[in-house]
Amino acid sequence: MHSRRLVLRFPREIVDKPIITSLVRDCNLDFNILKAQIFPRKEGMLVLELRGTSEDFDKGLRYLEEAGVQVEPVGQGIRRDEQRCCQCGACTAVCPTGALHVVRPQMEVEFETELCSACELCVKTCPVRAMIVTFDKAIA
Amino acid sequence: MGKYKTYAEINEKIRNGKAVVVTAEDMVGIVKSKGAAKAAKEVDVVTTGTFAPMCSSGAFINFGHTSPPIKASKVWLNNVPAYGGVAAVDLYLGATEPAADDPLNKVHPGAFEYGGGHVLEDLVSGKQIHLRAEGYGTDCYPKRAFEKDVTLKDLPYAVMCNPRNCYQNYNCAVNVSKKIIYTYMGALKPNLGNANYCSAGQLSPMLNDPYYRTLGLGTRIFLGGAQGFITWHGSQHRPDAARLAAGTPRTPAGTLMLMGDLKQMSPRWVMGASILGYGCSLMLGVGIPIPILDEEMALFTSVSDKDIVTQVKDYSFTRPEPICEISYAELRSGSITVEGKEIPTVPLSSYSRAKEIAEILKDWIQKGDFLLGEPQNMLPTVPRAGVK
Ligand code: SF4
Ligand code: SF4
Repeated sequence: MHSRRLVLRFPREIVDKPIITSLVRDCNLDFNILKAQIFPRKEGMLVLELRGTSEDFDKGLRYLEEAGVQVEPVGQGIRRDEQRCCQCGACTAVCPTGALHVVRPQMEVEFETELCSACELCVKTCPVRAMIVTFDKAIA
Repeated sequence: MGKYKTYAEINEKIRNGKAVVVTAEDMVGIVKSKGAAKAAKEVDVVTTGTFAPMCSSGAFINFGHTSPPIKASKVWLNNVPAYGGVAAVDLYLGATEPAADDPLNKVHPGAFEYGGGHVLEDLVSGKQIHLRAEGYGTDCYPKRAFEKDVTLKDLPYAVMCNPRNCYQNYNCAVNVSKKIIYTYMGALKPNLGNANYCSAGQLSPMLNDPYYRTLGLGTRIFLGGAQGFITWHGSQHRPDAARLAAGTPRTPAGTLMLMGDLKQMSPRWVMGASILGYGCSLMLGVGIPIPILDEEMALFTSVSDKDIVTQVKDYSFTRPEPICEISYAELRSGSITVEGKEIPTVPLSSYSRAKEIAEILKDWIQKGDFLLGEPQNMLPTVPRAGVK
């Protein structure tokens, strides 16, 4: 079994197509929607966790690309400004997935992008605004 | 008590590059393996550090006389109100003051994106700040309004002056109510969802000198990346708090008033903070060197996280009494057990930055760039066990 968290961007022209339905039906993939948004200019964005065999996974990704969906890993859309992060740990109070966690005994705060669900709870909890979200911007 | 070292003797060693300086973290092991008497002979200075939100901070600023002159009674820096009730072009900017147009908690929890602490960070970073002042007009100060973009360099005077920093100890905050609350101790999830604490523990300055034997007016310190001073005891300084046998307080106790030249500080150690639902603040780095005058100071500075405790307190106003007492070793382990429930702990004070400060201070002293300041007026304290 393969499981990955992805950001899918739907250009305006395809935002109303039943792409996810086909993805699930034809490629046997299981999914869990973490976040969905339609921007003012009608482009859509979906953050989801996809699960399936690696064969089905490749098939699904090919299908999405052919359908005109841009696919990127969540980690590209949420990042930490390493210069600003002062390793305090305040964000670990709210991070639901453990993507942000304290490494002991050094007490360093690690950000593991693969675990991030893009919930954004850390963004306003971080007192120095070191967590930066870029994936929920509309397609340029 | 063994032989007593003086400040002058230690400073002489520092000048000659011969002082033995270790961090408070290293001192734990040194005293454990060698004993306090031997450690006191060998070690001259123990360095401490802390980096955390310190709300009671700010700066006195003078922006220079205008022509014609103004008696600025209302002042804004990047739209953050400062206190103008000091003479003509003097002002005090407090770290927790939000921008004048901040929506505060109108939509709860408010984000508090920009405030006094952020202005301090911007100034220290060399950024341009928009200064706006209003005066009511007098014969000697006829000007009624003034606006200018300034940088820290342009300001004739800018001194950080913090009425309460470096709390000797602080509560561990929990929430026993049924809904999440947003406090100055961070987000607290309901039903004891998390336990937040804010102290560098064994690295924290005042926990390494529990009775303030070496702290007072004139103690030279690391403040915001520059050399600063302790100038007084801080507001809410409470030496009479309950203590463990070894002297460390079990609740918030001593505090310090600190001063330093803002112009010499660095943005790595002076960071504006936005605390969700609570307000603006300042993350500030402070480090204090503790001279090992005698065996007792060696013993004090060898304190470790397992020997320091604090009270677990409910911040939802449901349970007024402390729920239990917990050690910093337990807090640092990642979870504590409160009333049979295991809950994750969350640090708000950066241990790794605290350590970095202690290392920098050690480096300064070893290089001879930093001499100890002998306090000229001690902080209020309480008698210690066995000492008259
Ligand atoms: S967005 Fe932030 S809080 Fe949410 S899972 Fe990712 S790192 Fe954790
Ligand atoms: S709250 Fe912000 S500064 Fe603190 S550890 Fe998390 S990301 Fe870093």
